[in-house]
Amino acid sequence: MTAEASKHASRPDIVRALRAAAFTGLVAFGLLLPLIAFRAIHDIRNELVLETRWPLFAAFVASAFVGQLIWQLLPRDRLKKMLAEFSRSPRKLAAAASTCALAAIILWIVGTAGFGAEAEIAFGLSYLFAFATIAFLIGAAAAWVTTRYPTSSAPGRERRHQIGIGLRMAGLGFLIAYPLMMLWLAGSQGSIKWIDNFGIQILIYVMLGWGLNIVVGLAGLLDLGYVAFYAVGAYSFALLAKNGLPFIAFASEYPYLAVDFYQLGPWAFWVLLPIAGILAAFWGILLGFPVLRLRGDYLAIVTLAFGEIIRLVLINWVDLTNGYAGISGVPRPSFFGIPFIEGEGGFAARYGLKFEAIHRTIFLYYVILVLALITALVTIRLRRLPIGRAWEALRENEIACRALGINTTTTKLTAFAIGAMFGGFAGSFFAARQGFISPESFTFMESAVIVAIVVLGGMGSQIGVAIAAIIMIGGTELMRELDVLKVIFGKGFDPTQYRMLLFGLGMVLIMIWKPRGLISKRQPSVFLKERKAVSSAHVREGHG
Amino acid sequence: MEVFVQQLINGITLGSIYGLIAIGYTMVFGILGMVNFAHGDVFMVSAFIALIAFLILSAWIGAGLIALTLLIVLIIAMVMTSVLNWAIERVAYRPLRGSFRLAPLISAIGMSILLMNFVQVAQGPRNKAIPPLFADVIVLFTVDGYDVTVSYKQIVIWLVTGVLLLAFWYLVSKTALGRAQRACEQDQRMAALVGVNVDRTISITFIIAAALAAVAGTMYLIHYGVVSFADGFTPGVKAFTAAVLGGIGSLPGAVIGGLAIGLIETFWSAYFSSDYKDVAAFSILVVVMIFLPQGLLGRPEVEKV
Repeated sequence: MTAEASKHASRPDIVRALRAAAFTGLVAFGLLLPLIAFRAIHDIRNELVLETRWPLFAAFVASAFVGQLIWQLLPRDRLKKMLAEFSRSPRKLAAAASTCALAAIILWIVGTAGFGAEAEIAFGLSYLFAFATIAFLIGAAAAWVTTRYPTSSAPGRERRHQIGIGLRMAGLGFLIAYPLMMLWLAGSQGSIKWIDNFGIQILIYVMLGWGLNIVVGLAGLLDLGYVAFYAVGAYSFALLAKNGLPFIAFASEYPYLAVDFYQLGPWAFWVLLPIAGILAAFWGILLGFPVLRLRGDYLAIVTLAFGEIIRLVLINWVDLTNGYAGISGVPRPSFFGIPFIEGEGGFAARYGLKFEAIHRTIFLYYVILVLALITALVTIRLRRLPIGRAWEALRENEIACRALGINTTTTKLTAFAIGAMFGGFAGSFFAARQGFISPESFTFMESAVIVAIVVLGGMGSQIGVAIAAIIMIGGTELMRELDVLKVIFGKGFDPTQYRMLLFGLGMVLIMIWKPRGLISKRQPSVFLKERKAVSSAHVREGHG
Repeated sequence: MEVFVQQLINGITLGSIYGLIAIGYTMVFGILGMVNFAHGDVFMVSAFIALIAFLILSAWIGAGLIALTLLIVLIIAMVMTSVLNWAIERVAYRPLRGSFRLAPLISAIGMSILLMNFVQVAQGPRNKAIPPLFADVIVLFTVDGYDVTVSYKQIVIWLVTGVLLLAFWYLVSKTALGRAQRACEQDQRMAALVGVNVDRTISITFIIAAALAAVAGTMYLIHYGVVSFADGFTPGVKAFTAAVLGGIGSLPGAVIGGLAIGLIETFWSAYFSSDYKDVAAFSILVVVMIFLPQGLLGRPEVEKV
């Protein structure tokens, strides 16, 4: 009887699922036919010819069909319930973590014992399991805290607050120890990649994200041209460091006044860092003035246009910027006046060390770490000042804000200026780190990446922005390291090609999954009686 | 004078391409209130679809029946791009309807990055050049040895654009579909109450926008004879400028704005410097947004508390 009933109930389900899957397959067929099945390539005579890739095309269409079929047939409600239960139980999560750890260790042993393609795959999988272990452990700890200290009781809330502070301290300790840890683990040659590509690269984006967070997250002004200030910082640093600081010199003969340049020498970075920030802030005000009346999407598009105009000027003003070719030989930062060079007078000789390139990399890491932390601290303090409260009021409702007597002009301009200033700092750090800059580094894509980090992190949330930067930048950098993909997809497979593709896909998927970003809770800076986080679903934003 | 007439001809050609893309921006903005950032990349994908359809057909039909080939290419590009844009709306924008205002914009930016890099990976990063089509020119008149010419491809572009704009205008202003669309623009909930299927109307809006973008893409391919994966961004922003200049939400405004942007760009390149032609277009965007936010033919937006 029950079997009969369930059979009747499930049959239309299968038919419906098959129909949906067939439809998805058909759409995939139509969408991918021109771009996947055919590829237009230039032959030896430089004429366009078509190359066909039917197996690849068939694989794509089939996976669309099968994927939709599985999605339709999955008992989604039950799975969701199970998943929710699982994510709330610290014991189950800990069990999952230990299983993953065991798998990682076994695969690691298999990888070290074997050689060739199998060993590569085993190593790749062991990395994946190691990441899963860490993720499950974090989940288990979070679940434990949630069940142990519920938010409904006052001591629980207080305890959580303390745990939060402890976590922050631990994170800071990790960040400080990170390069030394890497140096110890991977040696002075191997660790450059980890400190530079992961540490410094991610921290630059964290800093840019925090800088933009002031404009987008706090003041609610969607700025799609933030990269312009990054470019201003980078170019002002590069030009001033190469040519020296201009000043007006007096001469005894005609023309009496002339522009002379004061060379800064090894102190260039430290003198020019604040100057670059001030110049960027100046540009922030300059570009902020015209857009005072604009809001929402319009503001986004105009700032985008500003960003593009600045990039195009950098390309075309060849006399100043050297156009597409860019500026090379930008002076590198010194250790407070002591350059990182081999031989007499260099950092290594001065402190009795053997000269190694890693010294500068580690120093750069600490510089950007301090810069990023300054950005975060200034933002946290500003949020509690009247100006920070005015920003958040502006984000929530501009008209009400004006009705309360807040001067929206200065509120907006300070947000632009301070956001731009941090962008300028990051830009001059970028120029000093690379030693070479060109307009290619300041495209709209860069702005989009920074905005994505801010929005995906949860606008206004500092921790969220940092997590988003780690996931988006670290994740795409990690793509370079995944040799296991090369084994699976063949030698010619280059995972880095797919970085931006996956970045775009990630943006869309995270938006659909969590439109308000990863951390969507707000800690108010003022509270009555007790600290209480507000879900950002209750606040209106993006109307700046 | 002769340079002026020549640039006028070139500018109108370019402007009609921008106008076609601008309609897509303006329609979607009108009905959903969002800037469909991926529209420029949909245009670029349509140019690639046209390119591939052209390569298949020219091998198959042969070079003799060029007009027939192009007609089929145009239809294929329109249909496939429509499917693409329908799917994009379904996957990336519909789940975010009713969410906070910036969510669809961010999703659209993600979609734009995705489309651009998908084409780069699938078709390679090089510029794709096709042999010139309709390269012959008609000399209108000659002044001091300077020929003022109009090429066949320019005439083809004008004709196709003109005919399709007329058909499109009829669709929007005279049919039940057009009425439903305008109703949704004014008030979606009210429209739903009087029996308009809002979801379907929005889908059809995206399909029409994509079809017009595909026409623009095919015309772009004929006009320049070359297309690359990065070609979506700049024409996209310029077309958006056109839509804003004409008054966003206004269809005739989009066409007028497109023509204006095309003309300004060509005249700027002819009389000043072609290096700064994009700067000119972006500057117009900024100036219009600041001093004339409602555009030439748009209604001013009033914000209520």
